Amino acid sequence: MAQANKVNYRELITNGIVKENTIFKLALSLCPSIAVTNNLKNGVLMGVAVLFVQVMVNITISLMRTVIHPKVRLPIFMLVISGWVTVTDLSMAAAVPDVYKQMGLYIQLIVAFASILARAEMFASKNKIAPSMADGIGMGIGFLFALTVISFFRELIGRGSLWGMPIINAKPLLIMILPAGGFFAVGILMALFNWIDVKYLKTKTGGHEESTHECKTTLLTPAGD
Amino acid sequence: MHSEFTKIFELIIAASLINNFVFTRFLGLCIFFGVSKKMETSIGMSITFTAVMMISAALSWVVFHYIMFPLDIVFLKIIVFIGIVAGIVQASDTIMRKVAPGLYYKLGIYLALISTNCIILAVPLINAGEHYNFIESLAFGLGSGIGFALALIIMASIREKLELADVPAPFRGMPMAFVITGLIALAFTGFSGLITL
Repeated sequence: MAQANKVNYRELITNGIVKENTIFKLALSLCPSIAVTNNLKNGVLMGVAVLFVQVMVNITISLMRTVIHPKVRLPIFMLVISGWVTVTDLSMAAAVPDVYKQMGLYIQLIVAFASILARAEMFASKNKIAPSMADGIGMGIGFLFALTVISFFRELIGRGSLWGMPIINAKPLLIMILPAGGFFAVGILMALFNWIDVKYLKTKTGGHEESTHECKTTLLTPAGD
Repeated sequence: MHSEFTKIFELIIAASLINNFVFTRFLGLCIFFGVSKKMETSIGMSITFTAVMMISAALSWVVFHYIMFPLDIVFLKIIVFIGIVAGIVQASDTIMRKVAPGLYYKLGIYLALISTNCIILAVPLINAGEHYNFIESLAFGLGSGIGFALALIIMASIREKLELADVPAPFRGMPMAFVITGLIALAFTGFSGLITL
C-alpha cells in the first residue's frame, strides 16, 4: 500500500512537469510566460510565485472541499486564489522591490490564471490534502521549469548574459528581449517540444491543442450554468 | 477643455495601438489564441469584451474611490476587483438571457470565457495604479477593448488563410500561431513613439 502510494505521488508530480506542462502542453497561462521572461531572474521569481500560490491554493481547497457547496464553488475558489495572490503580492513587494517594480502587475494577475483554477476544480476539490499538495508541486514546478527555460534562452541570446552576469562577449541579438522575441521564443520552444515528443516519445502530434480545448470546456461548463 | 479632449484621445490611441494589450503587454493570450481561429467568433468576442471592459472599468473606479479609499482597504484591491468582474460577467449573462435571448445565444459563450481573462482584471488594476480619473478610466477601458478587438481580427484573418498553408509538422497549431503573433508584435513596435505620454 505504501509502495503504491509512493509511485502515485511521483506520477502526480511528473504529470505536471512533463505530461501536462502548463505552458508547453496545455498552452494555458501564457501571459507571464512572455511578459516576464526577458531575463532569468524575473522568470525564476515569477515561477516561484506561481508555485507557491498553486500549492497553497490546492492545500486550502482540499481542506475546505467537504464544506464548499458545489453551486458556489467557483466564487469560493476565486476568493481563495485571490487571497493567496494578495499574500504573494505583498510579500514580494516587501522582499524584492526592484524586481517587483518591473513585474508587479503580472504577479497580481496570477489571480486570472486558468491553470490554477483548473487544478483547484479538477483535482484539489476531489482529493485529499497530500495528493493535492503533490499535484500543486508538480504543476508549479512544471511552470517554473517552462519559465526558466524560456527566460534562459531569451536572456542568453538577447543580452548575452545570465542572471545579470555577462556570459557571451559578442553583440547580442536584441530582438529576443523585445516583445516580439518572446513570442518567437515560445513558439520555437513549443515546436521543439512537439518535435521531441514525436521523435522520441512517440505520442501523437497536436496533443496540446486538444488538451487546451478540453481544459477550456471543463472550465466553461461550471461558469456557464 | 481642449487639452482634456486631447488627453483622452491620446489615452485611447495609446491603449489600443502603442501599448496594445496583446502585443506589447502580453495579456489575454489564452483567449487570444483560443478564439482567433474563426473571424465570426473573434468579432463576437471583441464586441462582448469591449462592453464588459468599459462597464467593469467604470464600476471598479467607483468602488475603488468611494468605498476602498475611505475604508483604507486598498491592499484588498485584487480580491475586490475579481469579485466585481465575476459579478458583472454573471449579471450580464443573466440579463442577456432574459432580455435578448438571440444575442445571448450568439455571444453567451464568450461571456463565460471572459471571466478567466486577465485583461479584464488588468484594466481596473492599471487604472488604480495610474490614478486615472473617471473619464480617463473609461477611455482606457475603451482603448484597451479596441486594441484587443484589432488584435483578434488581424489574427483571425491570418489564421483563416493559414488553414491552407503547408506548415512543418512540429509547428502546426499553437507554435505557428506564436510565431505569427511575434511578427505582428514586431509590426506593432512601429507604433511606439507615436505619442509620448
